[in-house]
Amino acid sequence: MKLLLVGEYREGKLLDTSAELSGFASAIGADASMFLVGSAEDVPAFSGTLYLADARVYGEYNPEVHKQLLLKAVEEVNPDLVVFIHSSYGWDLAPRVAASLKAALVSEVIALAGSAYVVGCCNAKMHRNVTPSTSMVVITIQAGAFSALTQGGTPSVKTLSTEKVSTTEFVCYEPAEAKDVDLAKAEIVVSAGRGIGKKENIDMIRSLAKAFGGELGGSRPVVDAGWLDHGHQVGSTGQTVAPKLYVACGISGSIQHLAGMKKSGFILAINKDKDAPIGEVADVLVVADVVKFAPALTAKLT
Amino acid sequence: MNILVCIKQVPDMESHFRPNGTATWFDESNLAFRMNEYDEYAVEEAVRLKEQLGGNPEITVLSIGPDRVIEVIKKALAMGCDRAVHIQDPDVASKDSWQIASIIAAYARGRQFDLIFTGMQSQDRGSAQVGVLAAELLGFPSVTTLVGFAYADGVVTATRELEGGVKGKVRLRTPALVTCQLGLNAPRYPTLPNIMKAKKKEIATFQPGELSSEPPLTGSTAFRHHEKKGSGVVIEGDIAELVEKVIVILKEKTAVLR
Ligand SMILES: Cc1cc2nc3c(=O)[nH]c(=O)nc-3n(C[C@H](O)[C@H](O)[C@H](O)COP(=O)(O)OP(=O)(O)OC[C@H]3O[C@@H](n4cnc5c(N)ncnc54)[C@H](O)[C@@H]3O)c2cc1C
Repeated sequence: MKLLLVGEYREGKLLDTSAELSGFASAIGADASMFLVGSAEDVPAFSGTLYLADARVYGEYNPEVHKQLLLKAVEEVNPDLVVFIHSSYGWDLAPRVAASLKAALVSEVIALAGSAYVVGCCNAKMHRNVTPSTSMVVITIQAGAFSALTQGGTPSVKTLSTEKVSTTEFVCYEPAEAKDVDLAKAEIVVSAGRGIGKKENIDMIRSLAKAFGGELGGSRPVVDAGWLDHGHQVGSTGQTVAPKLYVACGISGSIQHLAGMKKSGFILAINKDKDAPIGEVADVLVVADVVKFAPALTAKLT
Repeated sequence: MNILVCIKQVPDMESHFRPNGTATWFDESNLAFRMNEYDEYAVEEAVRLKEQLGGNPEITVLSIGPDRVIEVIKKALAMGCDRAVHIQDPDVASKDSWQIASIIAAYARGRQFDLIFTGMQSQDRGSAQVGVLAAELLGFPSVTTLVGFAYADGVVTATRELEGGVKGKVRLRTPALVTCQLGLNAPRYPTLPNIMKAKKKEIATFQPGELSSEPPLTGSTAFRHHEKKGSGVVIEGDIAELVEKVIVILKEKTAVLR
């Protein structure tokens, strides 16, 4: 089995996803080449072939240009499997490449099951196996699902080039907003999810956080709805926290939320749904209405 | 200007899911369905663009699925879409993203759409494929994970959400397709007069076979509950007792409660 791994590079830096891609390759015991639009001065450490296009020439991510470059690498390698990380780069580029190759595309793979790929569905509550029916397959793997492997070594570099034609123009990056609360430093984080029901109930969760002597966090829908500022958001597009105690109030436990809190020392979840995926990481899942439970716990703590 | 919005009806994610007879997907009985959350942002953004352009664009909303999807089509019409296309497919759950994208592209081809809005993914499949695949099939440039959108004179300026709070701004010309991320806007609730008005709007019906008969590129098996890895406990019962239990556990297992 031949793999072509797709590395990521942004704003002059190699992203550390290449070790996870190598980890995936070793999990299936396959030889791998890598594709990268990056720099010859900053290459991933592995011993294989690196198909490299110069980021100084091709600029920051441009879907059409990167697709053309990657298709050239695919033509040279003729891989069985093209592997991306399921990131803003991977989920954007993978379907473009799969469409050009008319290859089966499997998104956000979390494990392997023989020749099938295990993926999550129904907001991470359920799993299913996806079986591709084309000879070449494109997949994206969930960030963190396969353990990273730093092989060491120096790749042999083959340079790629293409004509720079595109209908999409990269304008600029907007840096992350400065955060007004540093949740990462807190020993206890108590977070509100959509399950609290309404904006007025934020105070109830804030009181619980206070009773614990911790900070208030929240899931994305709570922030999107304007119940809390973005500075409080926990998850892949918010803050990553690992407090001694994390209390998830009415939070389902989506992949993106878990990415921001699953390393917490102890996780207490309150959810009326016994099957909620937060149960996968929770040390204690209290099956209850959080609107009743939270004030009762606050009263007991104070 | 001609706008297409593609929406999906999905079950309430708080439902209890059971596999269907062949375990390819969930059993539909006893599930409550609603509009895919990401698609609500797509509908809202299209309606806002129409308002910005003084009501000139015509917005077509499209949904593929059995007759139950008419409910979400009506909601989109009540939010401000002008007309609808229902691709009547009782078998939609057995189709993969490639097939769904092929049907959408076949419908859109030749109908002179300037802009297509979709959600970045569905809450049930979550594969984030259909929008981009449809754009590729149509030869449209596309942008995914939109958290900001502006349009003027045939040019879309889109803000994409990247990792860790960083965003990327890109510019592209229409015709184009964009996929919408949570938080892009604040989707409106349909008002009663608009719900009444929506009843008079046209819903055209197509059969999927009239549009595309692409075979699938993937199959689905072993639909099941997520595998619980941890050793966590689940406690249920009376609130006061639960509080007592939690206090005991926290005292025992963590150093944060004395
Ligand atoms: C690219 C991308 C990035 C994302 N980044 C993030 C991120 O950084 N952070 C984040 O959180 N999400 C993020 N999301 C969104 C994520 O996929 C989920 O939609 C989100 O985490 C769900 O939030 P929630 O659990 O609060 O809401 P829901 O999923 O709606 O869950 C609500 C939960 O509350 C429970 N509930 C309801 N009523 C009650 C009650 N009365 N008592 C007790 N429980 C109750 C329900 O059973 C349910 O489990 C991202 C998504 C994408 C696609």
